[in-house]
Amino acid sequence: MLSLKLAFRNLIGAGLRTWLNVSVLSVAFVVMVFYNGMLDGWNRQAHDDTINWEVGGGQLWHPLYDPFDLLGLQEAHGVIENQAKKLIGQKQITPVLVTQGSIFPHGRMQNILLKGVQPEQEIIGLPTSNLVSHAGQEIPAMIGKRMALFTNLKKGDNVLVRWRDKNGTFDAREFNIVEIFNSNVPTVDNGQIYLPLNTLQEMTGMIDEATLFVAATNYTGGNFDEWQFKSPKYLLKEIDEIIKSKKAGSAVIYILLLSIALLAIFDTQVLSIFRRQREIGTYIAMGMTRSQVVRIFTVEGAAHSLLALGLAAIYGTPLLYLLQKNGIPISQTFDSLGVSIASKIIPVYAFAMIVLSILLVVVSATIVSYFPARKIARMKPTDALKGKIQ
Amino acid sequence: MENSAIIKLTNLYKRYTVGNGEFIALKNINLSFGKGEFAGLVGPSGSGKTTLLNIIGSLDIPSDGTAEVMGQSVSALTAKQSAWLRNYHIGFIFQTYNLLPVYNVFENVEFALLLQKMSATDRRKSVMETLEWVGLTDKAKSKPSQLSGGECQRVAIARAMVKRPSIVLADEPSANLDSANSHHIVQTMKKLNQELNTTFIFATHDEKVMQHLDRIIRLKDGEVEQ
Repeated sequence: MLSLKLAFRNLIGAGLRTWLNVSVLSVAFVVMVFYNGMLDGWNRQAHDDTINWEVGGGQLWHPLYDPFDLLGLQEAHGVIENQAKKLIGQKQITPVLVTQGSIFPHGRMQNILLKGVQPEQEIIGLPTSNLVSHAGQEIPAMIGKRMALFTNLKKGDNVLVRWRDKNGTFDAREFNIVEIFNSNVPTVDNGQIYLPLNTLQEMTGMIDEATLFVAATNYTGGNFDEWQFKSPKYLLKEIDEIIKSKKAGSAVIYILLLSIALLAIFDTQVLSIFRRQREIGTYIAMGMTRSQVVRIFTVEGAAHSLLALGLAAIYGTPLLYLLQKNGIPISQTFDSLGVSIASKIIPVYAFAMIVLSILLVVVSATIVSYFPARKIARMKPTDALKGKIQ
Repeated sequence: MENSAIIKLTNLYKRYTVGNGEFIALKNINLSFGKGEFAGLVGPSGSGKTTLLNIIGSLDIPSDGTAEVMGQSVSALTAKQSAWLRNYHIGFIFQTYNLLPVYNVFENVEFALLLQKMSATDRRKSVMETLEWVGLTDKAKSKPSQLSGGECQRVAIARAMVKRPSIVLADEPSANLDSANSHHIVQTMKKLNQELNTTFIFATHDEKVMQHLDRIIRLKDGEVEQ
């Protein structure tokens, strides 16, 4: 308690130097909380959006289905048997048929995936009901905003689509774009065209067949028949890894800031111990043990971190709150990462993350303060009183 | 004034290694100081006055011989024990005052009591009483940088005296002061010596201080001059 009291008095008494150190340390702390908050916010948004738009409560894959093996899609489909039909009726799962195709927007060919979905499904957030309302026209199709941008297609446009049926025979027809949806999830958008399941089944001759099922979030059934259940955790692994690598990359920034602040504290402590030799000698002459003096100087260095946290709370709290309230606008070039990202990220400041950041700042400031302070233990008080130590 | 020895130095030597050789700072010192003495170690620079005060104050230990302070051998004390001895029984006054610059007068004086873990009420009472002795109650909130040299030294005296030590060691307390302040400081210490029966030992070569001393011990080249 005495050490803390003395440390704060000395720190406040040291004036500008203290506040410079404290300011840099507080910036490091705020940046640390902000970066982690932003990445956690992005992580949460990416998870929520991907679950809502694509993954649901998990997926049931045909044994031959591999999303990275497009050539294998021709074989990766199976008949929707009774148990699956029952679950579809209970709105526990919804079937998706996936096949390869090509479109020719404005005369140019582009390979795409054709996805047949139930227009009446409510398990994922795709606005598939639009495919119902336009039933009866040519072939109603729906694309995402990225796909629309890339192919220069607009709502109401017709586009020629070519595909192969289950026997490998090519066929082609005009699709009418009835809806352009806006999703933060690029993996449901890029290079994909959605059409009614029945239509795709007829087009390919894969009557009553599906490539995969998307399960509702309350689905607990696991595998059935030949269909293999893939949990949301498995399906979101890629996002987790991308965000983990972004987190590691951004850590460099705040570690750099923290290092600058800690270096400044270390430097101040080293200087203090040489400049304040007489003071150290006086403390010992007045009855302090050397370890008590070491403790005062260590606490004094560490107290920078407490002041920094206080200062960070003063300007950081409203700043971080404002960022959370308004969100952080994100450039759409981030789409190239292939991971879900909204136009605005709402940072999430988790309690554990804040506590960990506080601990990191306090512990590292204490460590860098302790090392120079250890020198005091080797000082001769008589030399310290004369200020003779070099 | 009682005469029981509270400081007893017997065959005391202090040697320092300088390069390959040896420098003897104190040679065969045999002295004792009684309770309530107002004594001075007098001698030119380098005669060993400060070294002797440091040994008495348990800031240093003798190379040979014994130094007993309050019945305890300085050489035998652990770091904790010698800190305790200084904390409760010894007050220091330095030539350069050695006040803590970030504290005001009250806090500088209070510091000695903080180490004794005295309650805040008792601390306040003792500090104000001590400041009254040295005539600085009106400067209690001033920082050392706002005080004159004489006032700083009076704060240093108050800091040494506030814990009612048995011994006060004053190393050239008047060296940085003019003659009027120097006289005032010594008068203050003499008054405290008489009122509280505290043993004062000075290291000085100031003639004006010597006039007030009850006992003068002359040192030359580390030896007591007979």
